[in-house]
Amino acid sequence: MKNMIRVGMADLKVCESPGVLTTLGLGSCVGIVLYDSLSKIGGMVHVMLPDSTKFNHNENKAKYADTGIESLMENMLGVGAHKERIVAKIAGGAQMFAFSSDSDALRIGERNVEAVKKILDTKNIKIMAEDTGLNYGRTIEFYTETGELLIKSVGKPDKKI
Amino acid sequence: MGNGFDFNKMNDEYYDVLREIGNIGAGNATTALSQLLNERIDMSVPKVSMLDFSELPDVLGGAEVSVVGIMLSLSMDIDGMMLFIIEEESARYMVSNLMQCPPSEDGTFSDMDKSALSEVGNIICGAYLYSLSQLTGMTINASIPSLSIDMAGAILSVPAIEFGKMGDKALFIQSKFGEIDREINGYFILIPNVESYGKILNRLGFTDIT
Repeated sequence: MKNMIRVGMADLKVCESPGVLTTLGLGSCVGIVLYDSLSKIGGMVHVMLPDSTKFNHNENKAKYADTGIESLMENMLGVGAHKERIVAKIAGGAQMFAFSSDSDALRIGERNVEAVKKILDTKNIKIMAEDTGLNYGRTIEFYTETGELLIKSVGKPDKKI
Repeated sequence: MGNGFDFNKMNDEYYDVLREIGNIGAGNATTALSQLLNERIDMSVPKVSMLDFSELPDVLGGAEVSVVGIMLSLSMDIDGMMLFIIEEESARYMVSNLMQCPPSEDGTFSDMDKSALSEVGNIICGAYLYSLSQLTGMTINASIPSLSIDMAGAILSVPAIEFGKMGDKALFIQSKFGEIDREINGYFILIPNVESYGKILNRLGFTDIT
């Protein structure tokens, strides 16, 4: 294994080629990868909630989709990435438990994905690929050398997007 | 929001109360499990811990370890969720014991196995919630159970997100069940929403926490 940089829950990291960013066991959270393919600078954020403005405790920027994407962008631009070249890949946002009642708390995965897409859209960041929703967990690895995102799940073949 | 419960105000006294809830709840649950499996089951004193999100998956042996999670959603006086997590091997053992047949050789769970596990979760969580209800005088209505077998990190993301609304830490009540020669590792995670947390503690005599 090459040097894997682990991104925890409500955490973000940036690295250059040939670094590999990974986050383990994404459930209803969403993993967002931003990538500048020319400078080969990549960043990953593991967000848990859609919107920081709805909460008092919003100091941890990487926890929310809006502030998480914003901070990740800033960090990448700070080390030489170019805004116009940044594209995104996203994964996660599963619904781990099925219930007949559509309670908001349980639909959080779906809401996270919606929020992420909306924010990327307002920032004019194109989503190159996604593997979101459904009902299973995902471990993701992003290879800054190739720009590929590897997705591993329990009982399913690995997938590259 | 603002009317919710603030984890930053937690002190030792609150931990003691929560540990006691965990103790009584898990005690009842253990009795229920023991009757179900018709075996003597011992329980260790529950460990109540406040964990950073980054440490979360490690309590279950790593984010990618496969575990069985059974979840009930709660309503009435307490809104939120109750999650019971068991290690896959423990789950396999419980199922084979309940169904009186050896575990499947390919290591998968059949629909029947899953249904049995859901029922185990239902009974155990029910016993836990019953004691919480007795202790607080609150009415708690639990939904039918929902089962998920997946990576620990993915299953824990569900309670983590709920706790994420309150702060950057998650509250865990960990109970280990032990049989004479075999250990069943189980974890209870009670996840009241922000408002309900305050309500529970208020009912138990803490008025300054919200």
